[in-house]
Amino acid sequence: MGKTITIEGVTRIEGHARISIQVDDKGKVQDAQFHVTQFRGFEKFVEGRPYPEMPSVMARICGICPVSHLMASAKACDDLMAVEVPETGVKLRKLMNLAQLVQSHALSFFHLSSPDLIFGMDGDPKLRNIFGLINKRPEFAKDGVLLRKFGQEIIALLGGKKIHPAWVVPGGVSAPLTAEKRETILASIPDALARAQRGLESFHEVAEKFPQEEEVFANFPTMFAGLVTPSGGLEHYDGTMRFVDENAKTVAEFSNPKFYSDFIGEAVENFSYLKFPYFKPKGYPEGIYRVGPLARLVVAERCGTPLADQELASFRAKLGRAPQSSFHYHWARLIEILYGIETIKKLLEDPNILDTRVRSRARPNRLEGVGISEAPRGTLIHHYKIDDNGQMRWANLIIATGHNNLAMNRGVRQVAERFVNGHRLNEGMLNRVEAVIRCFDPCLSCSTHALGQMPMHIELRGPGGELFDELRRS
Amino acid sequence: MSVMTVQSLTLKIDGKDVSCQAGQTILEVAREHDIEIPTLCWLDGLTLWGGCRLCVVEVAGSPKLFAACGTACAEGMEVTTNSERLQKYRKTIVEMLFSERNHVCAVCVSNGHCELQSMAQKLGVNHVHLPYRYPKLTVDSSNDRFRLDHNRCILCTRCVRVCGEIEGAHTKDVKGRGINSQIINDLDQPWGESETCTGCAKCVHVCPTGALTERGTAVAEMNKKRQFLPYLTLMRENDK
Repeated sequence: MGKTITIEGVTRIEGHARISIQVDDKGKVQDAQFHVTQFRGFEKFVEGRPYPEMPSVMARICGICPVSHLMASAKACDDLMAVEVPETGVKLRKLMNLAQLVQSHALSFFHLSSPDLIFGMDGDPKLRNIFGLINKRPEFAKDGVLLRKFGQEIIALLGGKKIHPAWVVPGGVSAPLTAEKRETILASIPDALARAQRGLESFHEVAEKFPQEEEVFANFPTMFAGLVTPSGGLEHYDGTMRFVDENAKTVAEFSNPKFYSDFIGEAVENFSYLKFPYFKPKGYPEGIYRVGPLARLVVAERCGTPLADQELASFRAKLGRAPQSSFHYHWARLIEILYGIETIKKLLEDPNILDTRVRSRARPNRLEGVGISEAPRGTLIHHYKIDDNGQMRWANLIIATGHNNLAMNRGVRQVAERFVNGHRLNEGMLNRVEAVIRCFDPCLSCSTHALGQMPMHIELRGPGGELFDELRRS
Repeated sequence: MSVMTVQSLTLKIDGKDVSCQAGQTILEVAREHDIEIPTLCWLDGLTLWGGCRLCVVEVAGSPKLFAACGTACAEGMEVTTNSERLQKYRKTIVEMLFSERNHVCAVCVSNGHCELQSMAQKLGVNHVHLPYRYPKLTVDSSNDRFRLDHNRCILCTRCVRVCGEIEGAHTKDVKGRGINSQIINDLDQPWGESETCTGCAKCVHVCPTGALTERGTAVAEMNKKRQFLPYLTLMRENDK
């Protein structure tokens, strides 16, 4: 009879989770699971509510990436109304979506993941957090904080507040951009670009130190999925949903969101509240795929902005067209920060970005609508059904983190097999098990966001319940 | 020829000597003298309802509280409009309104433009100390232009009064008793099937919360316009 190691309260991720690792009598890892332990119920409690409320209601799913839910939800509502959002409305939505991409990526890399990279996976947990970072590398930490501020300030300027702005509405946005605000944002771009570039430099300085992690951090061939522009470029708001194989060869594509359920199935496992989406034609669990920054850089041919494309070229020169190790999510995330800042500038320089026609109005003209957009951590799908009076009858949400669920579980197992020796527990080994999860930047709810350390207590017990080893972090 | 004389009264409100005409209510006189008394169901231009009890005041010599909107002034009366006791009761009334139905300000179309919300802020209601009832209530979106959301209704009956007294349609009424009361259209039909509703939207604009709204409004977009009411009331007074 084997034993189970439990990591209760996975830290420096967005939300609550638990990891359990089963080892046999010889201390060899048999299996591992990533448990998402919170239950939200959004799909159920929106039933009966008027659909125009959905963007703001759904945004409450998350405090870090509310904008992503605003986007996918508003797009599902546009579909219900069967309207075309005015061109400037689309551009303004894209602007906010990219601002969110930058701030969320900055949070994931600088605040949550970089302590592992700067202090090392075996570093003292007392220092290995954002506060330790501020002491050891104040300029680096400051860059992260101010990059996040850059994104959040844009969201506040456009939507009136940083978290849960009500500005994205069915049919477009509720208010146009003013010239003054455009200038304010434009003025902050050179500084943000410099910080993002410095972040990349710092990453390159330390990334080489993690060959073992690169080798086993969810490093296995899977499919990748994400949105691309009609010409195959990087896209976060609209476009074609593309699935590619482990060699970046296109396997399937669809441009009308309503076909998502032909390609994506949702499996359920009794150890987690998070579902397990899979690529339907391949079945479960063979239809494993990954989404998020790494996946987007694999499905897309190019970024479409000079600095990001330059960095993408060295990314591909070094790692190949389709890197399989999830350790590379970090680099991909930094490239996307560059792309985000460059594209924000491009959008603001567009001559009709100040146009005041930013919203289309209509009654609901369809009883079913689907919206797909890219959240920082991957593809986000909102699917609604309404009654004749425009009240919600049914909702299905596939959240970015869900798509990565199979890969995260397999990644935890891979890391555990390499680093966990069932007879002895140590901090560095357990941190690696958590760190592989952080690569995916999962957003388990974000409503309860943990920063730094949460108390963790791991016990290793024998078949008769006898305590073999114990580790406490408080 | 007899000349009708109106009797003048003098009284004290919050220690201030004021005079008024017989028949005037404490609320009227207080407002004439810029003394603020909070109200929710009261609306200038509509008849008295006295349902919300937020305007309770203390009158010297009596242990019970009086609703300022429905209590006539009397000679020598000493009224207190603000005391620790009154503040406590008013806060409790607002807390009871919140706990009675499903008021979710953050995702309400009236967020930021709601009288219940601003009253709570004004009175310092930062917690609801009573258990929420979470009743299962319906939303009536059958009307082409308007929506009735029972979750957000505080049963102030402003809609019932404006519909009957100003528009003259009397589409709106109240069914049931006590906590189970609900606003209805005609004989408790879906609003969209009402034969008496003229679609004037007066009910929507006098509604203090997000219970009556325009369809198609997203969160925080429902801004009520009430300028019409004193104007219409004035016209009617002039016709008499």
